[in-house]
Amino acid sequence: MTSTLERPTTGAPAGRSGIRSPRRPLDRVRDLLTSPKSGPVLVTAVLFVAVFVAGGIRYKGFFSGQVFLNLFVDNSYLIVLAVGMTFVILTGGIDLSVGAVVALSTMIAASLLQTGWSPGAVIPLILVLTSVLGLLVGLMIHIFKVQPFIATLAAMFLARGLCYVISKDSISITEPAFVALAVTRIPLGGGLSITPSVVIALVVVVVAVWVLGFTRFGRTVYAIGGSEQSGMLMGLPVARTKVIVYVVSGFCSGLAGVLFSFYTLSGYPLTAIGTELDAIAAVVIGGTLLTGGYGFVLGSVLGVLVLGVIQTIITFEGTLSSWWTKIFIGALLLVFIILQKVLTARRR
Amino acid sequence: MNALLLRIVSSRLFWPVVMLLVLVAINVIAFPGFLTITVKDGHLFGSVIDILRNGAPTLIIAVGMTLVIATRGIDLSVGAVAAISGAVACSILLGSSDPGSFGTVAVAVVVALLIALVLGVWNGFLVSVIGIQPIIATLILMTAGRGVAMLITEGQILTVDSAPFKALGSGFWFGLPVAVVIGAGIFALAALLTRRTALGMLIESVGINPEASRQAGVRARGLLFTVYTFCALSAGIAGLILTANQTAADANNTGLFIELDAILAVVIGGTSLAGGRYSLAGTLIGALVIQTLVTTVYTVGIPPIITMVFKAAVVTAVCLLQSPATNAAFARMRQRVAARSARVKEAAAS
Repeated sequence: MTSTLERPTTGAPAGRSGIRSPRRPLDRVRDLLTSPKSGPVLVTAVLFVAVFVAGGIRYKGFFSGQVFLNLFVDNSYLIVLAVGMTFVILTGGIDLSVGAVVALSTMIAASLLQTGWSPGAVIPLILVLTSVLGLLVGLMIHIFKVQPFIATLAAMFLARGLCYVISKDSISITEPAFVALAVTRIPLGGGLSITPSVVIALVVVVVAVWVLGFTRFGRTVYAIGGSEQSGMLMGLPVARTKVIVYVVSGFCSGLAGVLFSFYTLSGYPLTAIGTELDAIAAVVIGGTLLTGGYGFVLGSVLGVLVLGVIQTIITFEGTLSSWWTKIFIGALLLVFIILQKVLTARRR
Repeated sequence: MNALLLRIVSSRLFWPVVMLLVLVAINVIAFPGFLTITVKDGHLFGSVIDILRNGAPTLIIAVGMTLVIATRGIDLSVGAVAAISGAVACSILLGSSDPGSFGTVAVAVVVALLIALVLGVWNGFLVSVIGIQPIIATLILMTAGRGVAMLITEGQILTVDSAPFKALGSGFWFGLPVAVVIGAGIFALAALLTRRTALGMLIESVGINPEASRQAGVRARGLLFTVYTFCALSAGIAGLILTANQTAADANNTGLFIELDAILAVVIGGTSLAGGRYSLAGTLIGALVIQTLVTTVYTVGIPPIITMVFKAAVVTAVCLLQSPATNAAFARMRQRVAARSARVKEAAAS
């Protein structure tokens, strides 16, 4: 686990390198844990394993491969959202519109499929529309210097409102090809299986890791989060990158919407309320600093898995109610933010 | 003449006021009786009064939010605090033997507001002592807060039957709805405290540069505690009004999205989210714009559910009009006008 997490560290350009020629193994471990780059991610990884093991000890049938895989099956859309959000937050921005865009995507999918469109046309259309929405938001932020918070808030209102324009009731999806894609299980052997959504989400993650760790664009994203002004003085394409980041987030929200409609097989205007906060929480738990500049996509994926495993434990417990989920997530957020604060403070 | 016009146009309140007047004009055209206010049983009635009453909770929260934003902060937890305060009040009323008595209601209100106060201190602690970014510090309570509210109501919608409590939401004082009187009181209190004393300036100095103001001897930490506590308290009051209006505490839906409306009101009113400068009058106009917009959507006969699209349009319009790029364009226009009038004068002189 550790080695896969470290890999982007070597490729990540921003800031000082977390791993200097280590003197002793113990120093090296301490360096890793107190580094603002890798520390929070490693802590999250340890916490995830601890919670999963604790669940396995407490509940019968918890410690199984399928329970682990279901974390991905149930949260594939959230993984895609968190990936997009990571790009935005790395530049020091924020995107509040993702939940509403997910809902809008499910509405567009459900209503167009109902009128006889083929999924092959609907899905690309959704991805284009949401990317364009992201582009508009990005332009508003860049050209008109509207704060990201407000620009994406406006986008959120717009998307939520458009959901109601399409329909105020739930529309179910019955289009055979779409349903077939949704219910397909890909067997992994040993009675384990995943859905196509998981494959899509993992592809998105791999592409994002590559883009952020190994491309010019990725380096510019980190540089903007570190200091926009310095990036500009270095001659980096700050303007273009800042706008594209919101396009990426819009695209990811659209894709997440498609995956979400695979999951629910319906479109509903009130769906995914507050999902933007789950995505932000996942990114923060995954160790990305909200001021930008530090963080990893794989950390955000871990963040989603932590949220998912809490949800699973609450399901297994059976007697715990949905409100405990919210309180737990809030408490976890607090723990992680304070941890980040402590870790980064010691470094400076 | 031109100079006066330009001064009005460049005023920070210009675009919000224009927006408000446009909305009122649309209403008057669509519904000629819009501005009429009638007196029934000594109470004032009319569309304008309705706007004031329905807008009061947003205004109350927006006043607190303005001060928070002036310190370069933000409070996302106000909706959750409103839900908690309503839930606490209703569960106390339901648990008492005599929910209709004035004393019980007073106890419920005081306890609810005390809890809101504690939540505000918590936010202030995270922001000023631990030093977490405000958006994240309050995100914690926003996420967990609704869970806490549900815990208090045990996941139920608590319906209460208590006349004095109901009066908070739909009663009248001095001929005006109680909510409007409370809203006006809080607005006046905030304006007096921050504009008649140095408090407002100190808050703005923290917003401009917390470190510099600390070195200049401003107690930044105490000020942050004060604004977050005041904001949570105003959220608690708004929560009581909302709950009393529905005569029910709904942990999931009381004050849903109200943080966004409050932030909108503040931003429409010309206060920058970057902190350091604020306008309570602007916030008042912003809150009125939002509520008038909602009412307009009803009056014109558009399904109310689509209101959010219009909200998006208004936010975008006001933000774009207030943006530096637009201001620069206006400045260029102003220069051109000045140059032309100078040329005209020259021509007249020669």
